[in-house]
Amino acid sequence: MSILVLAEHDNKTLNGATLNVVAAAQKIGGDITVLVAGEAAQAVAEQAAKVAGVSKVLLADNAAYAHQLAENVASLVADIAKGGYKYVLAASTTTGKNILPRVAALLDVSQITDIIAVENANTFKRPIYAGNAIATVQSDETIIVGTVRTTAFDPVAAEGGSATVETVGEVKDAGISTFINEEIVKLDRPELAAARIVVSGGRGVGSGENYHTVLDPLADKLGAAQGASRAAVDAGFVPNDFQVGQTGKIVAPDLYVAVGISGAIQHLAGMKDSKVIVAINKDEEAPINSVADYWLVGDLNTVVPELVSKL
Amino acid sequence: MKALVAVKRVVDANVKVRVKADNTGVDLTNVKMSINPFCEIAVEEAVRLKEKGVVSEIVVVSIGEKKAEEQIRSAMALGADRGILVETSDEIGALEVAKILKGVVEQEKPELILLGKQAIDDDSNQVGQMLGALLGVGQGTFASEVKVDGGKVQVTREIDGGLQTVELSLPAIITTDLRLNEPRYAALPNIMKARKKPLEAKTPADYGVATGTKLKTVKVEAPAERKAGVQVKSVDELIDKLKNEAKVI
Repeated sequence: MSILVLAEHDNKTLNGATLNVVAAAQKIGGDITVLVAGEAAQAVAEQAAKVAGVSKVLLADNAAYAHQLAENVASLVADIAKGGYKYVLAASTTTGKNILPRVAALLDVSQITDIIAVENANTFKRPIYAGNAIATVQSDETIIVGTVRTTAFDPVAAEGGSATVETVGEVKDAGISTFINEEIVKLDRPELAAARIVVSGGRGVGSGENYHTVLDPLADKLGAAQGASRAAVDAGFVPNDFQVGQTGKIVAPDLYVAVGISGAIQHLAGMKDSKVIVAINKDEEAPINSVADYWLVGDLNTVVPELVSKL
Repeated sequence: MKALVAVKRVVDANVKVRVKADNTGVDLTNVKMSINPFCEIAVEEAVRLKEKGVVSEIVVVSIGEKKAEEQIRSAMALGADRGILVETSDEIGALEVAKILKGVVEQEKPELILLGKQAIDDDSNQVGQMLGALLGVGQGTFASEVKVDGGKVQVTREIDGGLQTVELSLPAIITTDLRLNEPRYAALPNIMKARKKPLEAKTPADYGVATGTKLKTVKVEAPAERKAGVQVKSVDELIDKLKNEAKVI
């Protein structure tokens, strides 16, 4: 059985999420091929070849794949998959979610979103209803296409493998979509989805200015990534890629510190698999307290600075 | 131009669902149902485009049980012109939904096809992309801004690192993210008017699509419960617990 994994990258570096997907592929068992579709992405293919457990890397290097446009990449992936792969996997990132359902439809098969566990070769677990229920699904399709929730699988080693790199000459340019531009938020802190500690702020922090005044020192002290609830993002305190939740990023760090977050269902869906959850909130009845390991009732504007000074 | 909006009837976003004791699914008896929040944003966007004079007619389609008529009526109360209900009580997968929608698109020939990015019940995030593949048209998923200009549409998409803008030829698929707009409330006169708007009844067979799915749900369980936590009284106690009990800092 062979498994095709679509690499996540920015044409320069292989994204860590790919290592989690390879880990999920290993749980299924079989020969693992990683497809790197991009432009001037030779370095990414070389990194992918070193990943433990990967037996082959396919590099499709063309301007048509430079920005991971779903229209072009999906038809490439579907074509390669038809050449004898039993599984097609990608990370449940915005890129994976954009491309894979298109691949599935081109292959005329159903897709499984957000795999969190591999039961056997065709049975998987995935969360539904904002993580309030876990469904076990069995795919009777000839090719199983799925996205993997990266926080549910420990990454494989980035070094140690020695896969061969093959070039794919085929170019798929549908000509129906064009990349215009990208605004990437520059951060000095660890990436949210991969951080060991996350400090998150909600509506309770009051303003964008206060978010940074109060939470930046704490995040710096802990070496943490910063997150936010949907309420804080919608209020414009921080950009949307800070959002943790059902419709934002799913995180599962060792420590999640929720500051001024009430704990709506949609937020809990994104963080309740964290190892230790701390809630700092002035409301004793806040729903976040029901999932927190430790909660402290108090004014975040005095509690957080005190915490920073004593750490 | 004509816009087609797909809406889904789902359990209301504020309901805390319970898994059935026999693990066959989630208990939906006597639970409040609503239009999926992302679908509502899609309807609102179509209405705004109509108000700007870009869109001339809005057709709203839903697939599912007879009661989904309520959600089509709510979309009409927000400003959609007419509705299509593809009625089925069978189980139906995302791929099959996309195939039915393809049939609807081929009949209606809309230039803009708007969907929510995901339904809050199955959390699949698939239908728009699948429909794009089946129709061979471009997709602007997770849209936070939509600008129609001549035969093209520019879509700003929410991606993991920030925002990305793509330009698509029409017809095109757009799936909405939360920040695209804030849906309006339906005023009572509009709700009354919506009752008189045309609503066509169809079946999956009308589009030559069989219901069912090859993705069988074997079991549905409640997630593992978290152990009850403790309230700490002071910052010192919190630091002590994190260092010595949880050992995370």
